Amino acid sequence: MEERVSLVDRSAEDLDQLISRRRYRKMVLVAVLSVSAVAVAPLLIMSGITYVQYQEAFRAELTRPMVRFAAAGKQSIESYLSERLSALAVVARETSLKELRDEGRLASMLANLNQTFGGVVDLALIDEDGTQVAYAGPADAQAVSYAEDRWFREVNARGAYVSDVFFGYRGLPHIVVAIQHNDQEGNGYVLRATVDTDEFHWLVRARTARRPELDPVCRRCHSLGVLPFGDAFIVNREGVLQSSSRLYGDVLERTPLPSLPYSSQVELVDVVDEQGEPLIVSYAQIDRSPFTLVVLSPRVALHAGWLPLRRDLLVFPAISVALILAVVIWGSSYVVNRVREADAKRAALYHKMEYTNKMAAIGRLGAGVAHEINNPLSIITQNAGLLKDLITLSEELPPREKLTNLVNSVLNAAERCGGITHRLLGFARHMEVQWETIDLDGLLKEVLEFLGKEASYRDIEIGFRYSGTPPAIVSDRGQLQQVFLNILNNAFAAVEDGGKIEIGIDLVGEDEVAVKIADNGVGIPEDQLGHIFDPFFTTKKGAGTGLGLSITYGIVQKLGGHISVVSKVGEGTCVTVTLPISRAHA
Amino acid sequence: MEPLHVLIVDDEAELVTALEERLNLRGFEARGVTTGADALALLAEKPFDVVLLDLKMPGLGGLEVIKRIKQEQPGMRVILLTGWGSEEDAEKGKALGAYDYLMKPVKISDLVRVLLSACDREEEGE
Repeated sequence: MEERVSLVDRSAEDLDQLISRRRYRKMVLVAVLSVSAVAVAPLLIMSGITYVQYQEAFRAELTRPMVRFAAAGKQSIESYLSERLSALAVVARETSLKELRDEGRLASMLANLNQTFGGVVDLALIDEDGTQVAYAGPADAQAVSYAEDRWFREVNARGAYVSDVFFGYRGLPHIVVAIQHNDQEGNGYVLRATVDTDEFHWLVRARTARRPELDPVCRRCHSLGVLPFGDAFIVNREGVLQSSSRLYGDVLERTPLPSLPYSSQVELVDVVDEQGEPLIVSYAQIDRSPFTLVVLSPRVALHAGWLPLRRDLLVFPAISVALILAVVIWGSSYVVNRVREADAKRAALYHKMEYTNKMAAIGRLGAGVAHEINNPLSIITQNAGLLKDLITLSEELPPREKLTNLVNSVLNAAERCGGITHRLLGFARHMEVQWETIDLDGLLKEVLEFLGKEASYRDIEIGFRYSGTPPAIVSDRGQLQQVFLNILNNAFAAVEDGGKIEIGIDLVGEDEVAVKIADNGVGIPEDQLGHIFDPFFTTKKGAGTGLGLSITYGIVQKLGGHISVVSKVGEGTCVTVTLPISRAHA
Repeated sequence: MEPLHVLIVDDEAELVTALEERLNLRGFEARGVTTGADALALLAEKPFDVVLLDLKMPGLGGLEVIKRIKQEQPGMRVILLTGWGSEEDAEKGKALGAYDYLMKPVKISDLVRVLLSACDREEEGE
């Protein structure tokens, strides 16, 4: 019987709790959360992956020209510098020291260089000791000693040198390039040229000004009012501008960029400048020089193109999620509402059934009482009638003794009626639910008193079989009376006249007591045994409500016990009601 | 007129004696017994005109008794006494040949009327 899921498993209170609002709200919540998790999670994961991939692709697309530019710029500047260093090296190799010492000769060489490359301001020859021995150019710096200068030591150590930019002659930005040469006689000397860096600027400028409309990324930047890459310039190792910058000003201004780690290749990094502006920077170190070519773009410029795409990428999943959630919430609420309606109907049906059974129980009781009270009532009627007869019909009063006997007979019968009434009241009082200590033996005998007459008329033998003293249990007297009255009624209905019903009480472990009611009646066919606790199941066609055992089952459950039935057709039925001894186990 | 001989059968002895006396006071010749077996034995011994029979009795019940009476004396008039809620059994008794049934507690005037009418009809029928 334990696997049964039917109305009778639940008491009225359980059902009331069952249909409480909180329980259904929780039901909706669980349904919404679980369905949403299953439906929304994959969508969010896929959208997240797509978003990240798009973001990376978009960034690569936008930064590729920057990297390309840096690579090309690096090459141009390196070749610009090496051209000039090579020219000096050629001059040193092809010209003897004696010729170089001749300033007139030096001046013509300067003119030749200017013709070939342009922008060469002066040319100087410095001997091994660092003393300037010849000079051609606009300054008159004769016999200066560079022995202690850093650049002089460097050029001697490495063979070539390129200086930072400085403002020299006429306040123009210049760099110094120098090479060290040893002639065949073993004389070492340094040839030094000052070069105008105007050229230098144009190398950078010409590139940034290159026809941007041909490059789709540049075109987008232009349409947004942003120059391609934002800015491009050269800095030295200290971050000082070596060419003018659109963002950070003119030559020799300090840039607010953090120091960029050395790399022989073109790098792309995200940095934040000293003003807190987030930037994307592509940079390349220029070989054999202190220069770094920097191409940068504020990150917002990239975002300007990214934002519409990002909006598209976010709006689609957002709308999908909203739709899914709306459907899930609507669906869950709908289903749970239907469940609640069904539960409410079930609860109402159960309440009605309980009421019907109560009425049926009262009807049964009433019939029993009426039946029992009829006999003493008849005795009263006839004896009182006889008294009246004797008084009215006889001429003489009968003897005192006879009158006393008649009155005593009336009084005895009235007392019998009183006893029945008393018992009925005792039964009715226990209709209310209340826990008390109950003597099971006494309770069973009380119930049997209602059936005693029938037992004697039908010659049904009722036997008690106890193992030791039956323990007192804590339970509900009225409900138990109803349980045993129902079971005994069924037993009475099952046995033939002259049948036998045996009641046994046994301890089960330490906590429970089992009441066994066995009869030698008709028994229950196997195919019906599974239905006997179902509401409205009855074999007493037209005579039963079919509620007795289902309510009995419900009551026993409510009292914390359980009920089981063993039956064999033709041999009889045994109903076992197991009850907890104390309420703690209920 | 010869008084009517009435046999009263009921398991309540006090009821039997009171009814006996009241019917005697009204001109009947009434005898009472408290079990079905005693009733059958007395019927075999003495002639009775009518039997007043309680349905619910320990041992031999009213229905069984009427069955046996009808076997022995098919012409015997039997009036049943029954409580509320046992009409079904009373109808069964009528089917077995009882003349009528009366509900407990019975009024003496009703009892007398039914006893007389049972016998009148019998007399008329003869």
